[in-house]
Amino acid sequence: MIMNNVFVYCEIEDGKVADVSQELLTKGRTLANELNCKLEAIAIGYNLKEIDKQIIPYGVDTLYIADDKRLSPYQTLPHTSIVVKLFKEEKPQIALMGASSVGRDLGPRVSSALHSGLTADCTSLVIGEHFDRKKDKKYENLLYQIRPAFGGNIIATIINPDCRPQMATVREGVMKKEILNTNYKGEIKNLDVKNYVNDADFVVEIIERHVEKSKLNIKGAPIIVAGGYGVGSKENFNLLHELAEVLGGEVGASRAAVDAGFAEHERQIGQTGITVRPKLYIACGISGQIQHRAGMEESAQVIAINTDKEAPINAIADYVITGDVADIIPKMIKYYQKNTK
Amino acid sequence: MKTYNIIVLAKQVPDTRNVGKDAMKADGTINRGALPAIFNPEDLNALEQALRIKDKFPGTTIRILTMGPGRAADIIREGFFRGTDGGILLTDRAFAGSDTLATSYALAQTLKKIDNVDMIIAGRQAIDGDTAQVGPQVAEKLGMLQITYVEEVVELNNDTVTVKRRLENGVEKVRCPLPLVMTVNGSAPDCRARNAKRIMRFKHAKTVTELQKESADYTNMHNSRPELTIPEWTVNDIETDASQLGLSGSPTKVKTIENVVLSAKDSKVLSASDAEIESMMIELIESHTIG
Repeated sequence: MIMNNVFVYCEIEDGKVADVSQELLTKGRTLANELNCKLEAIAIGYNLKEIDKQIIPYGVDTLYIADDKRLSPYQTLPHTSIVVKLFKEEKPQIALMGASSVGRDLGPRVSSALHSGLTADCTSLVIGEHFDRKKDKKYENLLYQIRPAFGGNIIATIINPDCRPQMATVREGVMKKEILNTNYKGEIKNLDVKNYVNDADFVVEIIERHVEKSKLNIKGAPIIVAGGYGVGSKENFNLLHELAEVLGGEVGASRAAVDAGFAEHERQIGQTGITVRPKLYIACGISGQIQHRAGMEESAQVIAINTDKEAPINAIADYVITGDVADIIPKMIKYYQKNTK
Repeated sequence: MKTYNIIVLAKQVPDTRNVGKDAMKADGTINRGALPAIFNPEDLNALEQALRIKDKFPGTTIRILTMGPGRAADIIREGFFRGTDGGILLTDRAFAGSDTLATSYALAQTLKKIDNVDMIIAGRQAIDGDTAQVGPQVAEKLGMLQITYVEEVVELNNDTVTVKRRLENGVEKVRCPLPLVMTVNGSAPDCRARNAKRIMRFKHAKTVTELQKESADYTNMHNSRPELTIPEWTVNDIETDASQLGLSGSPTKVKTIENVVLSAKDSKVLSASDAEIESMMIELIESHTIG
């Protein structure tokens, strides 16, 4: 019997399952409990004999494994072929993927092949119902795919009433990962890869590949000094670096600051960047669009420095300082040093 | 010398990066009029990649395909100013309310009408939705290979292309056969500026609908210079299954839209005075938040 379960695509690099996939497994477990169905996962790659140990403890009931030398590193066509065929066989009701360069390459291709809806970069996933007035039809147990939209001025709840699976991508760090039980009993099903791919899927030749983990550790930093467009220049951003260094933190940036060239893309915090939960978040010249707040609103404490008294960021700040970043940051450095020595 | 037939997919988007206070109406809906319509930034990166291919392989043709309302003809004109050979405006109320899947269906059905396309190049994503879905979905619907996150076309050799991809944690260089769909990253080179001579040459480029609002002189000019007439295609110019179009053909539905309302925290409001900054720093040190 087809169970219409919850499925998570597990991304694998160098034998390690990506954090974002494990975060989605934890989310998927919660959704499966609520829907009273199984949580299933798919791992595609090479040398995956031990991979179950990084997947099943998150509460996975069935793990499908496609293990073949040609399947690592990730390539669009063979991974799509496997996922599409497996989804046609298993008919999941929900499928989740990381909003990573892999998930955002694979997800839309799979959704197009299956004619199922896909919502990108969700910040929240919950189960709910829907009543369609036109059709006079009630839908139960739909996946609400919630995300900021339109420059962050609105929060949209997207549903896929009629097409399955309901697909969503989520950025790393948005959901929390948690091992359910190190001895969780899940079933492993090894797929016969040749039945799932065609030779024509392997037309891309990977000539070179440098995978480098980002040297920055913004996600793990206890203190983040983040700058927005209001910082005004790359030179002013140096002040943020000074403050971060003095406090033992990292520098983050809003999308507007990255777009303006004030900071590198790796530092972008928000819905389309990194999600952080530091002890202290110092927002400098950041207005605080919802898309930015989505990436930092779980910070334990927030200081907002802004010339605009009405900036949205002020509403979620513990300290609101109205003034110029170039004036205030040197004072913060000065009084930090004075009072710690 | 080998030449290529390139289609650039581009979108006119509201400039969500510069949303002012008047972007939202009092009733919580979006005031689209307050947002300037611009060429989607990463589509300009895509256009530049196409133009660089044309620089190296003269005789290559570049056309822009854009779907949108009549004013999206600006995208085709902008392309002319920067070096394209033409474009198609796909415009019809039947496409209104399309999600990414319905959009890619309409675009793919249009592309099926265009023969011998070697490369379809698009921006990675559009700033009004940030989904990065339309490129891969168009590729799937055409049964074509897709290469996403392209930063540079390194080499083009007959029917083989080598590109550098910029991934979130590294770079990848791949070689693949044409035809294919490429989506170009914002980290790729910016698009060249408009060319003054081309502005003079193409500023009168108009769609048929736009021409109808102009004087007879315009029609005469377009009769003698047909390259100025921007083709407008409607749903009648392509083969479609109506159940896959527009709002009703979109698997995803917007259930609710909430205006963002902030519940204010109890915050301490400080001036920039030395005394107030110092007392804040002392509080943070004492609570072991810092130090």
